[in-house]
Amino acid sequence: MSTVRSAETATPPDVLARPAEPHAEQAAGPGVAVAVPPRRGPARAALRLLRSELTLTFRRPRNIAMLIVLAIVPVLIGIVLRVVGGDGEAPSLITQVAGNGLMLTFVALSLLVQLLLPLAVAVVAGDAIAGEASGGTLRYLLTAPAGRTRLLAVKFVNVAIFGLVACMVVALAALVTGFVLFPVGPVTLLSGTTIPLADGLLRVLIVTGYSAAGMAALGAFGLAVSTLTEVPIGAVAATVVAVVFSQVLGVIPQLAPVQPYLLTSWWASFDGALRDPVATDVMTQGLLVFAAYTVVCGSIAWGRFSGRDITS
Amino acid sequence: MTTGEGAHEAAPPRVASRPASPDDCSIVSRGLTKRFRGGQVAVDDLHLAVPRGSVFGFLGPNGSGKTTTIRMLLGLMNPTSGGCEVLGRPMPAGLSAALPKVGALVEGPAFYPYLSGEANLRRYDAADPAADPRTVTSRVGSALDRVGLGAAAGKRYRAYSLGMRQRLAIAATLLGPRELLVLDEPTNGLDPQGTREVRSLIKEIAADGTTVFVSSHLLTEVEQMCTHVGVMRTGRLVAQGPIAELRDGHALRVRVESPQPAQAASVLNQLGLADVRTGVDEVTAELGAVAPERVVAELVGDGVSVRGFAVLRPSLEELFVGLTGEGFDVDG
Ligand SMILES: Nc1ncnc2c1ncn2[C@@H]1O[C@H](COP(=O)(O)OP(=O)(O)OP(=O)(O)O)[C@@H](O)[C@H]1O
Ligand SMILES: [Mg+2]
Repeated sequence: MSTVRSAETATPPDVLARPAEPHAEQAAGPGVAVAVPPRRGPARAALRLLRSELTLTFRRPRNIAMLIVLAIVPVLIGIVLRVVGGDGEAPSLITQVAGNGLMLTFVALSLLVQLLLPLAVAVVAGDAIAGEASGGTLRYLLTAPAGRTRLLAVKFVNVAIFGLVACMVVALAALVTGFVLFPVGPVTLLSGTTIPLADGLLRVLIVTGYSAAGMAALGAFGLAVSTLTEVPIGAVAATVVAVVFSQVLGVIPQLAPVQPYLLTSWWASFDGALRDPVATDVMTQGLLVFAAYTVVCGSIAWGRFSGRDITS
Repeated sequence: MTTGEGAHEAAPPRVASRPASPDDCSIVSRGLTKRFRGGQVAVDDLHLAVPRGSVFGFLGPNGSGKTTTIRMLLGLMNPTSGGCEVLGRPMPAGLSAALPKVGALVEGPAFYPYLSGEANLRRYDAADPAADPRTVTSRVGSALDRVGLGAAAGKRYRAYSLGMRQRLAIAATLLGPRELLVLDEPTNGLDPQGTREVRSLIKEIAADGTTVFVSSHLLTEVEQMCTHVGVMRTGRLVAQGPIAELRDGHALRVRVESPQPAQAASVLNQLGLADVRTGVDEVTAELGAVAPERVVAELVGDGVSVRGFAVLRPSLEELFVGLTGEGFDVDG
C-alpha cells in the first residue's frame, strides 16, 4: 500500500484482506525501503552512549559546581594549615604538611573522602536512574532502545568516572596549593624513610586511585538506591543518610566487629601508600570490600531494574 | 468488522471477523492483559491486529488503557498475562531487534530541559545501538526540519512552548528509518495549524509504507487520517477493523420525512428494517442490508408521500459514543 486513502474515499483500503506478503518482503514491510545500517560493534555503541552520559554529567551546572567546591576546599585547608602552622606547637599532621607540600594531597583526600566526595558521588549516582525516571526521559531511552542492562552498566561506569574525576580534582587542587604554599622536596614517609619527589607523586596517584575505587563502590550503592524510586532527591538523600549512618556506626567502639563490613571504614585506609615499601595488605582488603559492595549493589540494581515496569 | 452491542453494558472484546494473518501485521497481541497492583485491570484480554501499512487509530476515553497497552507493546511494562508481537518479534524478548525500527511517543514529550532541541535528539540517538553516529547530524537536522523546528534547534528545551515540545517529541520518532510509529496522542497541545501539519506528516509517513499506530480521543482527527481503528473501553477492545467498514457496515440509518409517519413506519417494518423510530413528520430506521432505492420505491409504491429521504452515515463520534458509553466520567 503506497498511498494513504483518507476516510472519505469510497472504497476502503482493506489491508486485512490482502494476501500475505512473501517472506522476504516481510522484513522490510511493503514498500518500505528501510536501509539496514551495517551492524556496528556493541562495544562501540556502548561507548557512544557512555560519551553521551559523560557529556551530560560534566556539562550539568550542578555537577560542575560540585567539582568547583571540591577544588576550593583543599585550597582552604592549605591556607588554614599555613596560617595555623606558624604557631609553635602543632599536631603532627600540620608539621608534616608544613614540612612538605605534597602531604597536603593526602590530608585533603583523607578528609574529603569522608563526606564531601561521597556527597558529590551520591548526587550523581542517586540521580542516575531516578532522575531519568522522574523526567520521563527513561521511557524514551528504553524505547530507543538503550537496553536495560546496557543502560545500567553505562550509568555505573559514568558514576565511577565522575568519582575518579572528583578525586583527581581534589588531589590536583591540593597538589598545586601545597606546591605554592609549602616547601616541596623529597618526601618523608610515615615509616620514617625519605623518598624522592617523583616517587611521592606516584604515591599520590595510588591514593587517588584507591579513593576513586571507594567512591565507585558508593556509586554502585547509590545506583541501586536510584533504581528503587522515581524521586531523585530521595535517592540522593537515602545514599547520603546511609553514608552518615555508617560513619556513626564506625566510631562506636562497641560495634568494632561490624566495622570491617562497613564501606565507610575503608575509604581513608590508604596509609599503606605512605610507607616504604608500600603496605598493600590493608589497601588490598579495602579494594576487596569495594569490589564486594560493587558486585552486590550492582546485582541488586540489575535485579530491580531489568524487569521493572516503567510507569513514569 | 464486529462491534460491541450495547452502549451501556460492557461488551465482550472481539476481533475482526476476518482476522489479519499475524505475518501481515506490524502489531499483534494475544490476550494481552495488565493488572496493576491493587487489582485494577487496565488492559483486559486484548487481541489487537494492526495491519502492515495501515494508519491505525487507537481510540478510547480517558483511562481506557491506551497508554498502558502502548507501554506493554514497547516493552516498558510486562503484561500480567498474554503477549504481543511488534514487527514480528515477541515483546519484550525481541525488544533490541524490533525497537530500532520503531519510533515511539509515549504519554507526552520528555527531554532534558538544560539541553537544546538538537542536543536532546542526539542524546536519544546515542541510546540506539543501531543508529549510525556518522549520519547523526543530517538525521537530526532533517527530523527537526520535518516538524518545523529547524529554526529553534539550538534553543534550550526549557524555553520551548508546549507545541514545540510536542513537535520535538515527534521529531524524535523520525530519527531513523522506521517501519512503525507508535504515537500516543501526538497532537496534544498543538495549535490547529500544528494539528493539521502533524496530520499531513502522518499521512506522508504512511505513504512511504510505514505503519502508524496512533492513539487519540480526537475523533475528527482519527476520522481524517486513519485507515483502521480500534476502540477501547475500560481496558477492553470493543471494536477494531477498517474504518470504512465500521462506518458502512454498522449503523447506517435512513430518515424518511413524511406527513404520514405511521404509514411510513409500517412500510419500513415490512421491509425488515430494524429499530424503526417514529417522530413528528419523520421516521428513522436502521438500513441494514436493504438498498436505499428499494426503500424509496416501496414507500412511494404504498402511497406514502415522501418529502425527504436521507441515508444517515453515522459520524465516528456517534459510533465512538455508542461503543464506549455516553458518560463523560472516567471509568474505573
Ligand atoms: N502505574 C499505574 N498504577 C496503577 N494504575 C494505573 C497505572 N497507570 C495507569 N493506571 C490505571 O490504568 C487505567 C488505564 O490508564 P491509561 O493511562 O492506560 O489510560 P489512557 O487510555 O491512556 O487514558 P488517557 O486518554 O487519559 O491518556 C487507568 O484507570 C489508570 O488509573
Ligand atoms: Mg494515555
